[in-house]
Amino acid sequence: MTTTVPTDMFQQSTEELISGSEAIAIACALADVDVITAYPIRPYDTVMQYVSKLKADGAFDCDFIVAESEHSQFEIVKHASAVGARTFCGSSGVGWFYAFEAITVTAGLRMPVVAMVGNRALDDPGAFGVEHNDAMAVRDLGWHLYWVATAQEAMDIALLAWRVAEDRNVLLPFAISCDGSFLTHSQAIVQVPTREQVNRYLPGYNRHELQLHPDNPITVAPQVNEDWLMEIRRQTDEAMRRAVGVIYEAYDEFKEVFGRGDPSPFIEEYMTEDAEIILVGMGTLAMPTRVAVRRMREQGKKVGFVRVKFFRPFAVEEVQNALRGAKGIAVIDRDYSYGSPSFGGVLFHELRSTLYPLPERPLMLNFIAGLGGREVMVRDVNEMVETIEKALETGKIEQETTWINVRE
Amino acid sequence: MTTLMTATDLPQVRGVKNIPVEEFYSSGHRTCQGCESALVMRLMIKAAGPRTIVLGSTGCMYVANTTYYSTPWVVPWMHTQLGSSGSAATGTAAGLASMMRKGKMNQEPINVIAFCGDGGGVDMGLSAISAALQHDEYNLLILCYDNESYANTDIQVSGSSPWGANSTFSPPGKVHRIMNSRWKKNTAPMLAAGHPDVRYIATACGSYGLDFNNKIRRALTIGGPTFIHSIDPCPKGWDYDPKYSHELGMLAIETGLWVQYEIIDGELILNGPSRSIAKGIRRRKPIEDYLSRQGRFAHFTPDDIAHFQQRVDDSWEKWWMPGVIPFTMSQD
Ligand SMILES: Cc1ncc(C[n+]2csc(CCOP(=O)(O)OP(=O)(O)O)c2C)c(N)n1
Ligand code: SF4
Ligand SMILES: [Mg+2]
Repeated sequence: MTTTVPTDMFQQSTEELISGSEAIAIACALADVDVITAYPIRPYDTVMQYVSKLKADGAFDCDFIVAESEHSQFEIVKHASAVGARTFCGSSGVGWFYAFEAITVTAGLRMPVVAMVGNRALDDPGAFGVEHNDAMAVRDLGWHLYWVATAQEAMDIALLAWRVAEDRNVLLPFAISCDGSFLTHSQAIVQVPTREQVNRYLPGYNRHELQLHPDNPITVAPQVNEDWLMEIRRQTDEAMRRAVGVIYEAYDEFKEVFGRGDPSPFIEEYMTEDAEIILVGMGTLAMPTRVAVRRMREQGKKVGFVRVKFFRPFAVEEVQNALRGAKGIAVIDRDYSYGSPSFGGVLFHELRSTLYPLPERPLMLNFIAGLGGREVMVRDVNEMVETIEKALETGKIEQETTWINVRE
Repeated sequence: MTTLMTATDLPQVRGVKNIPVEEFYSSGHRTCQGCESALVMRLMIKAAGPRTIVLGSTGCMYVANTTYYSTPWVVPWMHTQLGSSGSAATGTAAGLASMMRKGKMNQEPINVIAFCGDGGGVDMGLSAISAALQHDEYNLLILCYDNESYANTDIQVSGSSPWGANSTFSPPGKVHRIMNSRWKKNTAPMLAAGHPDVRYIATACGSYGLDFNNKIRRALTIGGPTFIHSIDPCPKGWDYDPKYSHELGMLAIETGLWVQYEIIDGELILNGPSRSIAKGIRRRKPIEDYLSRQGRFAHFTPDDIAHFQQRVDDSWEKWWMPGVIPFTMSQD
């Protein structure tokens, strides 16, 4: 495997044709990560192939550990983080689930581990393609959860991830979700910043009085039971609330230092102004959705698209403001939640709960699409819009949840 | 290749009076009266001293030891998951090594010890311990305190429980008297044979405090990953009067059931009574002396005791290396 190691070692900003995985690997080098753990599973593991090559080529110095399982992979970085090391790891599909115990305690212990999830369908049956259920599983645990849509965004959000996760007011882990293949393996032009820029943006990780060290003999995670657990849960809740402000701050500064970024760190709005129908989705399906929206606009349809970037913390007000005034909302889920209300997807439920307090609630439909890596096409998006148009016209909802492009 | 920086101020101690008086595992724990594992914790950290980070996996030595607001640990201590002692040691050592090498932390030797119970180490955490033992670039010690059951969850049989022992998952019943038909896993030799680059693997017992102290120190100073397996009588799980913990630890060794040894740079050295037994200086006590003192074997018939004795005899008479290597080489 070849890597694009900038020969000047990040002294100058460069443009590289790289995949989302390689972009995150380069971000690891730029952020001078101390401990990185790997275990093979497609499609996330490309990031570790690049990381190991970057280390081998001397682009940066880290302890790169090939663990014997994902559980160990995540436990190792959790403990490295406790002594003050900056960390990175990741997984996909059942690998992410294999690590689940370690993943949950990482947030419980408030360790700012940054992880990449190369979204992949869960076994069985085996499938390599993208589904969001793997990463989604951490949504209640205190992990930041972000869905990127381009390789550039993957690099940028990785840099932001350490900045936010390691902030003293936050100290919560950060999962960067990347759609398998569409993001992990597809190349695009990425602006690689300089080390100087990154150093200016990203302070060193310092745990202060929380650092596990002989000079600071603390006891971490003693048994608490009913006496204290509720207070500790509440502290994590507060930290996640504070993360919202820290993310705004960190994103503003990101734009200042690197000269790029969207208006909001939480959502991307596309042609939403005056839109009557708005599609909502996450990750790389933004691409075909935007194309479909643009074409429909050309035909005079008032359609827009909102991409939810941060699934956790979820920016309720921003989403409300973006969708306020629309008559119909079509939520695209690349996931499933069997037996849930309306038999809908996870994002759909989140959107419903977000819009419930609005004085005028829009009609909402859910579309399950692109499971197992099946491509979401422009015509699929058209079909969603047609379905919601019909419902708006007749005032009748035939079915709230529709599976798109599926053999019946 | 990184140079390993191990503690230099941890000399071997001669004479029990020379064991340090400082305590780094003090009051605040709530283990049962007579808990030998609590003594093992105390001896372990006494030997290692204050420049040590201890990681403890779930089990009695977490739950009964470290209650919020009443930790007994004077040194930095952190919980790790049941099967994670190997990963905890690796992650801690890696974090320290990386930051010291990169100038983000003062260069100094810091001992890293992760402990696990038999459930956490011999069963669930075996693969992570094995992985940790492959990392020659890190100094770490994994201490498995073996009370021969999943004690904290109410005494359930583990892969390290003795044959036939009564536990809440292996209760003798009207139809099946022996519910645990597995022989205890031979853990330390398995790890030694499987990880030839590991410089130090030992068995130990809290009944022999000086020996225990020196084993911990050798493990911490030799360099690279190391492993110690200690046998810990547990009054609750083994069902005996707490005042006999020490005696039972000694009996486990004097009957030849538990063998005390160190494997240093590939050389096996038997210690204490095990050494005398192997040299023929001392006879093994009958296993009945040990079994009959514990309620967990109270349902044993004379045949069961004879079977148990036969297994112990075989391990001394038929094994390639008595009590250590359970096979022989073909003469062909
Ligand atoms: C993954 C996981 N499974 C089960 C448990 C429940 N559990 C807590 S302590 C314990 C016993 C561990 O036994 P051992 O490692 O032998 O330590 P001991 O309690 O005997 O000291 C178990 C099974 C757990 N904490 N984590
Ligand atoms: S059950 Fe056994 S190991 Fe646990 S605290 Fe009591 S004596 Fe110690
Ligand atoms: Mg046990």
